[in-house]
Amino acid sequence: MSTLKITDLHVSVETEQGTTQILRGVDLTINSGETHAIMGPNGSGKSTLAYTIAGHPKYKVESGSITLDGADVLAMTVDERARAGLFLAMQYPVEIPGVTVTNFLRTAKTAIDGEAPAIRNWIKDVRVAMESLRMDKTFAERNVNEGFSGGEKKRHEILQLELLKPRFAVLDETDSGLDVDALKIVSEGVNRAKEATGLGILLITHYTRILRYIKPDFVHVFVNGRVAEEGGPELADRLENEGYDRFLELAV
Amino acid sequence: MSLAPDTTTTDTTTTTIAEQLGIKAHSDGTGRVAPVQTRSARFKSTNPEDFEAVNGRELDWKLSPVAKLTAFTAGELDGSRFPYSATESAGVSFSWIPVTDPRVGSAGIPEDRASANAWTAATEVLLVSIGAEDVSEITITRDATGQTPRAAHIVIEAAPFSKSTIIIRNTGDAQLVENLEILVGESANLSVISVQQWNDDAIHLGSHFARIGRDASLKHALVSLGGDVIRINPSAHLAEAGGSVDLLGLYFADAGQHIEQQVYVFHDAPQTKSRVTYKGALQGKGARTVWVGDVLIGAKGTGTDSYEQNRNLVLSEGTRADSIPNLEIETGDIAGAGHASATGRFDDEQLFYLQARGINEEEARKLVVRGFLNEIVQQLHVPSLEEDIHAALDIELENVHIASVN
Repeated sequence: MSTLKITDLHVSVETEQGTTQILRGVDLTINSGETHAIMGPNGSGKSTLAYTIAGHPKYKVESGSITLDGADVLAMTVDERARAGLFLAMQYPVEIPGVTVTNFLRTAKTAIDGEAPAIRNWIKDVRVAMESLRMDKTFAERNVNEGFSGGEKKRHEILQLELLKPRFAVLDETDSGLDVDALKIVSEGVNRAKEATGLGILLITHYTRILRYIKPDFVHVFVNGRVAEEGGPELADRLENEGYDRFLELAV
Repeated sequence: MSLAPDTTTTDTTTTTIAEQLGIKAHSDGTGRVAPVQTRSARFKSTNPEDFEAVNGRELDWKLSPVAKLTAFTAGELDGSRFPYSATESAGVSFSWIPVTDPRVGSAGIPEDRASANAWTAATEVLLVSIGAEDVSEITITRDATGQTPRAAHIVIEAAPFSKSTIIIRNTGDAQLVENLEILVGESANLSVISVQQWNDDAIHLGSHFARIGRDASLKHALVSLGGDVIRINPSAHLAEAGGSVDLLGLYFADAGQHIEQQVYVFHDAPQTKSRVTYKGALQGKGARTVWVGDVLIGAKGTGTDSYEQNRNLVLSEGTRADSIPNLEIETGDIAGAGHASATGRFDDEQLFYLQARGINEEEARKLVVRGFLNEIVQQLHVPSLEEDIHAALDIELENVHIASVN
């Protein structure tokens, strides 16, 4: 049982117009096996939260803390966070020319585990995970994210989630740009990972449609850099019907 | 990699971010009168006395360290047979032929004084003859070229319908000026890969002239890793219909190293195709690379399909990469012509992505560099050579700590 705890988190970002405050006091506690949906309108700070947890250098933590079983996540480098068990499925994964998926996955797995995976089992694990995500075999020999369609990029993110077996995964708008078939396949992958490892999930989304396939235990509505309302799955249903207007009016 | 398009020159000691992003006039076009001359009309001669003494202001020498090159542009060169060894393959034969042989000069003749100097100095020419309809792969090793300035002249002749790969491995000492002619017969398929892994103080000036026959294809690659000054200028004359050429380059310049290549493709017949792809990395104070890519689509080059690109990855401060694409088109009836040039630093987003998967920063940087250059290695299609190049690149990357340039 692990706990990812975010306390009174304030985050800013440097822009050409100066420093912009984005997160204004976020409190969130996620335990192993729990799925938390973070919902909110564009610009409410959802992605900032995701990238801050992962340690992207663009985002500056002004105050507050993030801990993983008591360990100070903010003091860790990006790679240390990943090795501690945090995973970010990115909305726009970058291309890495000349680095094949096979090479990349093996290098990442070796880094996370601290030793190279046993080759035979590893090849099988990769093959099975790829088949489950309906990814063609030739995929493994392509360069990371190079020429991937939007759907392929998302599958590749979830493939990593299944193979690297983190303790907590932040899924940053993994549903965006997916058609309904791809959405189902990707959601199944997330559910498998949770089933297999007791993964804790922070599911960031603008829309409720992915929540049909990945059932949240908690829903948090993000508005203007903080949690405006929290509740169970029923809150998502209400958002489905009402949208975010109610919260936006509150924020003004 | 955040590589900006059409950045002609990037000098990391002086350029600003705006310049890195290409918000800058092409530096090659400023401060001089544009030559009213098409590329094919450039002066040529086999006699060095026909060229002015090199002073470093000439169009083709202005980016080169000419002070180090006087022995080659103006000095006496040893023109005797140069030492080499070669693997054997049925259908490939070696012989020394006189400079008066009609094949000598049939692919092209010198456009600069060093090349002409070597042409005149060479007493004999090494002919590598590839027989018809044979499939072969051979490796020519030059590892005893020595410390005396010398000239070398090679003619590779691929008979019609032949298919072969010629690998030239250059190691050890060198003070070398070479002319390499490549004659690709009708429908022949030839790869010529020249790998420069010379000792640190080596100087290698080269002019490669290729003539591509009807429906023939040539893959030409320069892999330049070791040496003090390496300046090899490959040219490809698509002289007959249906010919195609793939000009590849991979280079890694360390501190103080100068690696230069002036590439020239002449589309001189209908339905010809060219691809020029050069990628390089620069690391350490004074690392300098030059890429000039001239493409001329002549009046006869209808249906031409042409694309050239150069990408440089800057790994530290104090390096300079010049990258100058030039495109001349004399017919409106072409299939396509394009060029791209970019010089950039690491893309922090690539590092973030790899680090977010647990890979530490140093390993992530190496992965990105290997991957960047791997695009060329993958296209050589010689597995044994690929392994050697990967190993050599790993050593380049191990030898020097990849400093963060932020």
